Amino acid sequence: MLDIKNLSVTFNDGRPGMAVRGINLHMEAGDTLGLVGESGSGKTVTAHTIAGLIEKDNATVSGEVFFEGRDLLKCTVEEMRLLQGKDIGVIFQEPMTSLDPLMKIGRQIEETVKLHCKFTSEERRNMAIEVMKLVGLPEPDLTYKKYPHQLSGGQRQRAMIASAFITHPKLLILDEPTTALDVTVQAQIIELLKRLNEKCGVSLLFISHDLRVVRRLCKKVAVMYNGEIVEYGDTEQIFNDPQHEYTKELVAAVSAGRRVNA
Amino acid sequence: MKKSPNYNLIIGCTLTAITISIIALGYFWMPFNPDTMSSTEKSIGPNLKHLLGTDNFGRDILSRVMQGAGTTLSIATIAVSIGASFGTLIGGLTGYFGGAVDEIVMRINDAVTAFPSILLALVVISITGSGRTNIIIILGILFIPSFARVIRGEFAKQRYMDYVRNAKLMGVRNSRIMFVHILPNIAPVLLSSIAIGFNNAVLAEASMSYLGVGVATTESASLGRMLLDSQAYLFSAPWQALSAGCAISILILGFSLISEGLGYRPMWRPTTKRRHKSHA
Repeated sequence: MLDIKNLSVTFNDGRPGMAVRGINLHMEAGDTLGLVGESGSGKTVTAHTIAGLIEKDNATVSGEVFFEGRDLLKCTVEEMRLLQGKDIGVIFQEPMTSLDPLMKIGRQIEETVKLHCKFTSEERRNMAIEVMKLVGLPEPDLTYKKYPHQLSGGQRQRAMIASAFITHPKLLILDEPTTALDVTVQAQIIELLKRLNEKCGVSLLFISHDLRVVRRLCKKVAVMYNGEIVEYGDTEQIFNDPQHEYTKELVAAVSAGRRVNA
Repeated sequence: MKKSPNYNLIIGCTLTAITISIIALGYFWMPFNPDTMSSTEKSIGPNLKHLLGTDNFGRDILSRVMQGAGTTLSIATIAVSIGASFGTLIGGLTGYFGGAVDEIVMRINDAVTAFPSILLALVVISITGSGRTNIIIILGILFIPSFARVIRGEFAKQRYMDYVRNAKLMGVRNSRIMFVHILPNIAPVLLSSIAIGFNNAVLAEASMSYLGVGVATTESASLGRMLLDSQAYLFSAPWQALSAGCAISILILGFSLISEGLGYRPMWRPTTKRRHKSHA
């Protein structure tokens, strides 16, 4: 479904080196792929490139990103706009600032539907309430009318997921969706994503630096280091038998952390 | 914790509401015809018949102030609407899209702002001739740069906010992002600059009339013109100058307080009923 071939990104604004150096990734429908790596390893740039967020005057992008047979890098802005939100949903790290502070939650969740499909406002409202139930937002009827500042961080992230999920996209790109949340809420969001993946078959491209979260959610994992994918395979296999030096360190760091916590 | 009320906004709104209702009243009813002269009642001080007295032609000053303030306010309103709408449009487009067009438009903006606006208005008026319509158009155009600058800054700031990026990712059109998402979020800034714009417009209109290039005396009474005419009688009939001057001051004070109040704490922001702590 998603096929990335030899993708490279170089920024033109004087940042040295390539942000992404010829990576290859492949995802089937229903896959959960974790993209892990340290800050600056290029994982977010990769996600942004797939999502069409890289402005073409700022960066040189080469390679191919096939989504259901279409090369996203060759799509026009308008074609991309029609894909965004409908087939590809993106969720960011910061649920606090990712919602329009002056628009009611329900209307923000509906917005994607409003843009991409033709439904009456009544139907849209029902869809929004439905998806709000699905993501576990409490009292959907009341929450529908609330403003973002009236929700907690976890609820906002749920609202973000709801707004990305209402159109039933085929691929959800999650850029560190749990980083800004505390651990218990993190666990809930991971459970929610897992459920969405299992029940609705949405593919998840999950970007994180938190290996434990990736391990709980993703079947496959790609480890990025310095713009390259250094290791790629089944999550358990990589965790139990890391090959690359950097992966070994990552896994060791997580287990060391666990020992201290215990 | 109980918050102290926003006195600036309350007093400003009350003051403006009172002046606007007096002006509105003037469109339907005035104590006297503002243009009727009377040779027997020249330069009489304030009394029960003429609450603000009469001028050197025996015209009722209260009626003239009502009409003059109406003229000033209507000119200011239309000029500010022109400035604000075009300014928002230009500022929004340049701020949101950035790039070379942004640079060019903003430098033109700088060039226009470099001239004192009254002076520029005087030059244009001397070419096109005075009159209500000309003044409105010229003031409107002169107000565009200041609005454009403020709005551009806000759009440029909001454009990188996560919610805008997010809206883009959902496939929201740029026009919708600009006017449905960003515009409401910069409303506090826009509204307080509109209030400041009003001040400037009232002042500019009054100064131009005072300099004799404003609204023609034959068209309608004007506060600035009244100031000019009453100059000669400043000591013999001070109520003339005082009435016109106070009217201008009250108009401006009302709008200043509103803009001050808006900057201090917007009142229309959505609030939670069971909010325990203030969100800074």
